[in-house]
Amino acid sequence: MRLLNLFKIAFKAIVLNKMRTLLTMLGIIIGVASVIAMLAIGEGSKESIRATISNMGSNMITVKPGADVRGGVRRNASEMETLTFKDYEAIKAQTTLTSYISPIVNGSGQVINGSNNWPSTIFGVNPDYLNIKVVDLQSGSMFTNAEVQSAAKVALIGQTVVDNVFPDGEAPVGKMIRFNNIPFKVIGVLEEKGENTFGQDQDDVVVAPYTTVQKRILAIDHLNEVMASAISEEDAPNAVLEITEILRTQHKLADAEDDDFHVRSMEELISTFSSTSEMLTILLVAVASISLLIGGIGIMNIMYVSVKERTKEIGLRMAVGGKGADILMQFLIEAILISITGGILGVILGLGSTVFIEKFLNWPTSVALYSIIISFAVCAVTGIFFGWYPARKASALDPITALRYE
Amino acid sequence: MRKEIIKIEDLKREFTMGSETVHALRSISFDIKEGEFVTIMGSSGSGKSTLLNILGCLDQPTSGTYEIDGVKVKGLSRNELATIRNEKIGFIFQSYNLLPRTSAIENVELPLLYNSKVSTIERRERAIKALKMVGLGDRMNHTPSQLSGGQQQRVAIARSLVNNPVMILADEATGNLDTRTSYEIMSLFQELNKQGITITFVTHEPDIATFSNRTIVLKDGHIMQDYNNYNIQSAAEQLAKLPKEDH
Ligand SMILES: Nc1ncnc2c1ncn2[C@@H]1O[C@H](COP(=O)(O)OP(=O)(O)OP(=O)(O)O)[C@@H](O)[C@H]1O
Ligand SMILES: [Mg+2]
Repeated sequence: MRLLNLFKIAFKAIVLNKMRTLLTMLGIIIGVASVIAMLAIGEGSKESIRATISNMGSNMITVKPGADVRGGVRRNASEMETLTFKDYEAIKAQTTLTSYISPIVNGSGQVINGSNNWPSTIFGVNPDYLNIKVVDLQSGSMFTNAEVQSAAKVALIGQTVVDNVFPDGEAPVGKMIRFNNIPFKVIGVLEEKGENTFGQDQDDVVVAPYTTVQKRILAIDHLNEVMASAISEEDAPNAVLEITEILRTQHKLADAEDDDFHVRSMEELISTFSSTSEMLTILLVAVASISLLIGGIGIMNIMYVSVKERTKEIGLRMAVGGKGADILMQFLIEAILISITGGILGVILGLGSTVFIEKFLNWPTSVALYSIIISFAVCAVTGIFFGWYPARKASALDPITALRYE
Repeated sequence: MRKEIIKIEDLKREFTMGSETVHALRSISFDIKEGEFVTIMGSSGSGKSTLLNILGCLDQPTSGTYEIDGVKVKGLSRNELATIRNEKIGFIFQSYNLLPRTSAIENVELPLLYNSKVSTIERRERAIKALKMVGLGDRMNHTPSQLSGGQQQRVAIARSLVNNPVMILADEATGNLDTRTSYEIMSLFQELNKQGITITFVTHEPDIATFSNRTIVLKDGHIMQDYNNYNIQSAAEQLAKLPKEDH
């Protein structure tokens, strides 16, 4: 009953000062809206990275030469020759947690078909590769183990390569192309995958037997990478440990020595990239929170002015029986009403700008319910926190002094 | 025997300002009985407002005892004092002290907002009744800026009546008004007094004192005189005798 009356009083004060209230709210509105929009952008890019990576094969495990240098000085992995075919064989022989495994060598060069010329990357792999990467074929077929044994000059090409070296729309399967002047017979076209989140064109590839690429193109006998596929996503972390053990034994590393290779599952890759985007999200949210804080200070400022301006009114309210607690509540409710209304408008504006960002800027966004709840709660707390001190000050006034105030 | 609304004894109020002590009230004692209309007079700085503030429970005496309507005020907390002000006292100020941009009826309702025993409907009814009593039944939705000084003071009087106080305290309630309007207000007070409401009225205009039945004169914080007025003037009659204004 009494609270309801105080509510009415506070509401009245807000209505009587519409313009001022609106300007005060603006800080809160912008703060809340930017927190929601920033979180939506951060959350959206995290989700899109996750989607891309699992599209690349979520069970995938990669083994690369050289120590894990995440965050440290990055050496050029292709210059390191510590990963050999023997390592691949050892893993293949001893692993229990992987289903597919392929050696990988890669290099770049020109794809040539007649007068058409296109720079691309060639991947030397074995037939397991398509299963590891979860890629199907549009046409043709994969090469066989026999063709790997014989280092046959056969290749599969991605759609981007098709578009550029077969511009006339002829079917590539069965045609001859050259990669760095080595002739290859096209035996298949890979299914289109498009760009990944990192902007790489996944269709700009040539895939051939690793033996052929090793001998005829790169003239090397080590491997650039070994790719495997864990039997399930849950087994991926254990498969990583298993492969690490196999390779440590294979490389005869003493306990004190660091790995001279690194094994990573997609899960780790996801967490690496997520943590980058998380950093970004934290940064964005920090900036947004500062504007929310400034909004809060705006409320405090306006409540101070309000208390000062209405000192006589406070004195009168006390003279006719208003208690300290009544005055405190009146101003506190006023501050909370301002911040909550600002919060509601901010949520609406935040959702609106999220839709705008998604539609017109084409950025992936995802509004999490928690971001709305959090920014709203922060808002209410801001109102209480920044409204408290001026309200407290008003309630502690001496009625006579307040009445005499001019 | 009529009930004593106010009983004060040996009341002192001192203000300490740095090393100096101002003795605003030095040993004041008197009673006010139910239904009295008392004016408190005295020169400027004699302690009238200080006394009225204590009577109105807005201020506490430095020493001495004070009882209002049988309640000992000494040692009450801020909240208990607020409740007494809310339920037993009606205040009227020289400068009206109405809430700006707020209608007359809402101004009158104000004291009842702080009384949870009064419902919204009852509050509105009582406010309307009080406004009618002061002759402003047709001005209920006007804001202070749309009312004359005299009308604003009437709203303030209605506000002081709305909680059915045991006593109305007025501090120079006619101080800002011209003679004619002052007399109108005084005749309203006399009417209210006839209906049994106890009134204590601070003024320094001797003609105002002639409308009351008792006058207490203060000087330097002492009671100089405290006398009954057996020749009470009727404010309404005085008003009629005033020369008509020509336009
Ligand atoms: N809060 C205060 N602090 C210090 N001194 C005060 C305070 N209030 C009143 N006084 C002093 O107490 C004395 C009495 O003041 P009071 O306001 O009661 O006079 P008054 O009779 O109402 O005068 P006026 O007719 O001018 O209104 C004055 O000397 C005044 O300076
Ligand atoms: Mg005074």
